Amino acid sequence: MSPTEDATLSRMTIVTSGSDEVIEQIYKQLNKLIEVVAVMDLSEGEHLERELMLVKVRAEGVVREEMKRMTDIFRGCIIDVSDKTYTIQLTGTGHKLESFLQAIDRSLILETVRTGASGIGRGDRILKL
Amino acid sequence: MELTGAEITIRCLQEEGAEYVFGYPGGAVLHIYDALFTQDQVKHILVRHEQAAIHAADGYARSTDKVGVALVTSGPGVTNAVTGIATAYMDSIPMVIISGQVPTYAIGEDAFQEVDTVGITRPCVKHNFLVKDVKEIASTIKKAFYLAKSGRPGPVLVDIPKDISCQKTEFSYPTSVSIRSYNPAQHSDLGQIKNAVQLLLAAKRPMIYAGGGVILADASKQLTELVRLLGFPCTNTLMGLGGYPATDKQFVGMLGMHGTYEANMGMQYCDVLLAVGARFDDRVVGNVKHFSQEKRKIIHIDIDPSSISKRVKVDLPIVGDVAHVLNDLLAELHGSKEKPDQQAIAPWWAQIKEWRGKNSLVYKNSDEIIKPQFVIEKLYEVTQGDAFITSDVGQHQMWAAQYYKFDKPRRWINSGGLGTMGFGLPAAMGVQLAHPDAHVACVTGEGSIQMCIQELSTCKQFQLPLKIIMLNNRYLGMVRQWQQFFHGNRYAESYMDALPDFVKLAEAYGHVGMRIEKPSDVEPALKEAFGRKQQLVFMDFITDQTENVFPMVQGGKGLSEVILAEDL
Ligand SMILES: Cc1cc2nc3c(=O)[nH]c(=O)nc-3n(C[C@H](O)[C@H](O)[C@H](O)COP(=O)(O)OP(=O)(O)OC[C@H]3O[C@@H](n4cnc5c(N)ncnc54)[C@H](O)[C@@H]3O)c2cc1C
Ligand SMILES: Cc1ncc(C[n+]2csc(CCOP(=O)(O)OP(=O)(O)O)c2C)c(N)n1
Ligand SMILES: [Mg+2]
Repeated sequence: MSPTEDATLSRMTIVTSGSDEVIEQIYKQLNKLIEVVAVMDLSEGEHLERELMLVKVRAEGVVREEMKRMTDIFRGCIIDVSDKTYTIQLTGTGHKLESFLQAIDRSLILETVRTGASGIGRGDRILKL
Repeated sequence: MELTGAEITIRCLQEEGAEYVFGYPGGAVLHIYDALFTQDQVKHILVRHEQAAIHAADGYARSTDKVGVALVTSGPGVTNAVTGIATAYMDSIPMVIISGQVPTYAIGEDAFQEVDTVGITRPCVKHNFLVKDVKEIASTIKKAFYLAKSGRPGPVLVDIPKDISCQKTEFSYPTSVSIRSYNPAQHSDLGQIKNAVQLLLAAKRPMIYAGGGVILADASKQLTELVRLLGFPCTNTLMGLGGYPATDKQFVGMLGMHGTYEANMGMQYCDVLLAVGARFDDRVVGNVKHFSQEKRKIIHIDIDPSSISKRVKVDLPIVGDVAHVLNDLLAELHGSKEKPDQQAIAPWWAQIKEWRGKNSLVYKNSDEIIKPQFVIEKLYEVTQGDAFITSDVGQHQMWAAQYYKFDKPRRWINSGGLGTMGFGLPAAMGVQLAHPDAHVACVTGEGSIQMCIQELSTCKQFQLPLKIIMLNNRYLGMVRQWQQFFHGNRYAESYMDALPDFVKLAEAYGHVGMRIEKPSDVEPALKEAFGRKQQLVFMDFITDQTENVFPMVQGGKGLSEVILAEDL
C-alpha cells in the first residue's frame, strides 16, 4: 500500500491466481470492501509489472567474480559490498527475479527481501476514477 | 455547548430514531452508560449475556425495517458478542454495534479487557471503525447507520476507546452522508429488464425462486404482484418465507435440503429461472454440477454483485435493489404488447400438480405420542397464522418452516446462514419489544434453548410475554438424524441427558411452565398459553424422540435425488 498523486488515494497491486470464476469473485469481493474506490484487473490488457528485490549473497574467492557477472547479466547492481558479501539489487517481473535466484548457486544466498509486484497499464491505459 | 463523546454517542442514537439499545455494561463503556442514564428517549434493555444483546437487536431489526442497536463493553463483552454479529452478518441484517475499547494510549499494551475488536470482527461485519478522535464520533455513527441499512445490509461495529468517550467537543449531527468508495446499485439497466421480460414471456417451464433479499428490500408486494401477473410457480428459501404468501395456490413451498418435492423438482427442471434476492446457497442447490446438467436460463436479481454467478453461473444478471428492479419489471410487463400465455405453461403446471401429489410433507400422526409437526400445525391454527415465529436451530426449525404457513414478510425470524443455536429466545425478545401487542412465539429444542436460557430473566425484567414452544425430543435431533442416515446409527454425543425440569425452571424465573405429553393436550395447552396475554409461558412438549425431517436432499446430492419419508 502506498500513496499516489492524489493525496486521498492509496494504491496497491495484488498478485493472485485462480480460474476465471475465482478471479471474478476476488474482483467482486475487493470491490465490496467499503474503502476500496476502484479495482482494475491489469492482466485484462497490456501492462507492466516490476518488483524490487535485495539479495545478500556470499561472495568470496572465485564466486565473487561470478556473482558480479550474473548481476550484470540480469541488469542488477551491487549496492553494498563487504569482504565476504555482496548485496544485489534487482528489479523486474517476478518471473525475472525468480530466474536470477535459479541462476545463482542457492547455497550462497544469505538473505532475500522482495517488495512484491507493482503494476501499471501500458501506454494510455490508466486507472481513472 | 460541548458534549462528551459518550453524550454524543447517545445523541446520535436519538437522532437515528433508535428506540431500544440492547446491551450489557462494563468498564470501557461506563461513560456511555452514564450518558444513557440521564435521558429516557433511548431505552436500554439489559440482557444477561452479550450474545443475546446482539440476537435481540437482530430480532428487532428482522421484524421491523429498522436498524438494531447493541452496546457492549471491551474484551469479553465483544468476544461474547461475536457469535451474534456473525449470525447477523450471514443473514445480511442491518445492525449497529457500539463497543467500548481500552483508552487509546493503552491499546496494544495488553491492557485490562483489551482485545483487537476491529481485527476479531472484521470477517463478520459489513464494516467496522475504531474512533480515534472525539470529533469523529458523530460522523462515524452516521456512516455506520447508513452502511448498515443501505445496499446489502449488515452489521457495522463502532469501537470507542474509553478516553474518547469522556473527551468533549461540539456536537452536530451530519444531515447527509456520502462515501465515495461506496455506491450500492439502485436501479437496474433497462436493457436488462427488457431482456428479462422477453425470457420470462417465452418460458414454457418457468420458476420464481425468491429469498431473503425480498424480505430485506420490503418487496413482497411487488413479488406477489409479479408472480400473479405471470401465473408462474413461486418457491421461497428458508430466509424468504413470508416473502410470498404461503397459502397462495402458486406457492410450491420452500425449496432446498428440506424443501418440498415440487419446489425442488420445479427448480431442477424449469427452463427459465428468475432468482430474486437469493444466493444459491449450498443448502438450496446442493450439488451445482448436478443442477447444471439441466439446461435453463437464469435471471438473477441481487444488490450484491458478489452473490451473482458465485456458485451457479447466471445468464442474465440484474444488479439492483429488489424493490426497484421488480417495479421496473412490472412496468415493462404492463407496457408490453405480449402477455403471459397461461396456455403455454399449462403442461408445466400439470407436471407440478403431479409432483405435489406426492404430498411430500405428509407425516404419520399418532394418538399416543406427540408428533413435532403436529405441534406446529396446531400452533398455526391457534395463532391463526398471524404470529411472529422465531426459531432456534435444528429439526424443530425445519418443522416450523415447513408447517407454519407464513403469509406475511418479517414474521419468520431464524438464523439461516450461520445456524446459531441460542438465537431463538433473545431474538424473540427483540421482536416482542418491536411489536408489544403481537403474539410472539419461539420454536425451540431442548438443546438450543439451553444456549441462551438465562434470557428468561431479561424477559421477566421487561415483562415480555413470549410463548416458548419447545419440541423436546431429548436429542440433538438434527445431529441424531444425520448420524442415523450417514453414520450407521452411531449417536455420538447427540443424546441430551440430565435435562432440567423445564416447568420448574420457568417458574424459578417467575414465568409459567407447562409440560404437554399427550397429543390431545396440545391444542388446549396452546390455547391456554396464548390466552395468557401478560405472561411468558414455557411449553415443554414431550415429542416423538426419533422423528426425522423429510424431505431431505443430502449435502452434495442433486435436487431430484431427494429422500422422502415414504422411502424409508
Ligand atoms: C438446519 C438448517 C437447514 C437449512 N435448510 C435449508 C433448506 O432446506 N432450504 C433453504 O432454502 N435454506 C435452508 N437453510 C438456510 C441456508 O443455510 C441459507 O441461509 C439460506 O438458504 C439462504 O437464503 P437466501 O438465498 O434467501 O439468502 P439470504 O442469506 O437471505 O441472502 C439474501 C440475498 O439477497 C441479497 N439482497 C439483500 N438485500 C437486497 C436488496 N435490497 N435488493 C436485492 N438483493 C438484496 C443479498 O445480497 C443476498 O444475496 C438451512 C439452515 C439451517 C440452519
Ligand atoms: C452453536 C451451535 N452449536 C452446534 C450446532 C450444530 N447443531 C445443529 S442442530 C443441532 C441440534 C439441536 O438440538 P435441539 O435444539 O434439541 O433441536 P432438535 O434438532 O432436536 O429439534 C446442533 C448441535 C449449531 N447449529 N449451533
Ligand atoms: Mg432436541
